[in-house]
Amino acid sequence: MPEEPRPRTEESRVPDPSRAADPASGPDTGPDTESPRPEASAVRSDPVISLRGATASLGGRPVLRGVDLSVHRGEVVALLGANGSGKSTAVRSVVGQVPLSGGELTLFGTPGRRFRDWARIGYVPQRTTAASGVPATVREVVSAGRLARRRLAPPRKADRAAVQRALELVGMADRAKDPVGALSGGQHQRVLIARALAGEPELLIMDEPMAGVDLASQEVLAGTLREQVASGTTVLLVLHELGPLEPLIDRAVVLRDGCVVHDGPPPKAVGQHALPGHDHVHPHAAPDAEPIRTGLLT
Amino acid sequence: MLELLTYPFMQRALLAAVLVGITAPAVGIYLVQRRQAIMGDGIGHVALTGVALGFLTGTNPVWTAVVVSALGAVLMELIRWYGKTRGDLALAMLFYGGMAGGVLLINLAPNGSNANLTTYLFGSITTVSRQDVVAISLLAGFVMLITLGLRRQLFAVCQDEEFARVTGLPVRTLNLLLAVTAAVTVTVAMRVVGLLLVSALMVVPVAAAQQATRGFAMTLALAVSIGVVVTLSGTVFSFYKNVPPGASIVVLAIGVFAVITALAAPLAKSRARRAAAAEERCTLRDDVLV
Repeated sequence: MPEEPRPRTEESRVPDPSRAADPASGPDTGPDTESPRPEASAVRSDPVISLRGATASLGGRPVLRGVDLSVHRGEVVALLGANGSGKSTAVRSVVGQVPLSGGELTLFGTPGRRFRDWARIGYVPQRTTAASGVPATVREVVSAGRLARRRLAPPRKADRAAVQRALELVGMADRAKDPVGALSGGQHQRVLIARALAGEPELLIMDEPMAGVDLASQEVLAGTLREQVASGTTVLLVLHELGPLEPLIDRAVVLRDGCVVHDGPPPKAVGQHALPGHDHVHPHAAPDAEPIRTGLLT
Repeated sequence: MLELLTYPFMQRALLAAVLVGITAPAVGIYLVQRRQAIMGDGIGHVALTGVALGFLTGTNPVWTAVVVSALGAVLMELIRWYGKTRGDLALAMLFYGGMAGGVLLINLAPNGSNANLTTYLFGSITTVSRQDVVAISLLAGFVMLITLGLRRQLFAVCQDEEFARVTGLPVRTLNLLLAVTAAVTVTVAMRVVGLLLVSALMVVPVAAAQQATRGFAMTLALAVSIGVVVTLSGTVFSFYKNVPPGASIVVLAIGVFAVITALAAPLAKSRARRAAAAEERCTLRDDVLV
């Protein structure tokens, strides 16, 4: 491979014109970075996640049947598939929560079994609706994301600042003192993402971050993710459908019955998702999409 | 009122009561958060075997109870990990075994009888000895160190165990530490509140506090305050009325729960109504239909 690995923020991001004036979006706002996103094969630098021939079973039923999955530094990879295809199990095995019965896992070049540098990973588990027994404020939950960095030490100024920053990133700073039990599904999801961001991770792993999330929160989440990606964060996320995150996705891996059936550019949207008027901000058809669809069909 | 402070046995009982009032809710909040409120009850049953073992071997029952209940708590934690399907049955066995073992051993002890167990079952203010106070103070110090010093870590583990594991926290160690701490708390509390009612003091102040609070730290602070108030006033009440302190403390705690619930319910209802009204008001209009 003659090409030298380059940090993805330099050349690979498609700058968002709406953020061109935003200093937070990093070095990729210059006019000479307008080059199109390279093919996934061009990003060959050190794999951050590498699963090879991974097999795993849950309750005696094989769920992963030889999955190969690699994510390179700075990439945004979506794991797609129907319910029960094994996509959640795949990410949970990456973070060590489902033991592999075969195959191998490396994280940042270290065998998964020996990996201890968890502060580099921000994990957003699938949101459960089961409320905890004791109330907890938004800030308390987000602060838990900082424990990977400071372990048993008491929080310092930098920790509190990181928590505040994470709350602002997801637009929940004004709800910091509210109990998480009083939040809507989308707001709760934003809190879980803030908790992962509070640790300032290099790699974000998210399990169905858009499930049950209202329109306003979906837009906030897409914006948050765009900023993270612009600053060089690597992302692996499980999605049911690409939705509003589609422009961010470099590569899609589609699972079916525990096997990889597609690994490459995001699959072309079909049906009403492919329509020019469909901007993927809402999973359901917008009222103005209806006339266009009938027009195409006739 | 102050004359009861001149009795040395009352000084010891009140000191023990304060320590119980702090430690029981401080551990209980994590058990409630993990929906394991019943765990304190189980440890209490197992501790009874430890108390009887103390009588049988002639050592201070507080120490034998600490060892036996800590072993029981670790066993319960292991059952929670490994026994997913039969876990509840195994726990029930542990409860019954602890109770039966205690009664069996106490009657095997020379000049031991069920009467010896009664003060441990329901608490007693006159029997807190000087050695008991030393033991209780040391154990309570340990419990406070863990429950307050590691509160952020324990909160993370009890709130979302999977996330805590992925942050690299030593989740298994923390869970075992919490189980042992709960066992130690049971033995701290058994002289004053009694083994059968100790679980109530772990759970009821937390249940009362969370009616009025919005966050974990506030719930912890309020639960400990309620705990101290009810253990102190319950102990004083027992002094004047000559009833077992465990009973008066728990009845008082439930009274506090009822009062806070009655006061907090309308407040929470109006708060929820306001929040719902703000969110449900229509902001979209379907122009196509107009």
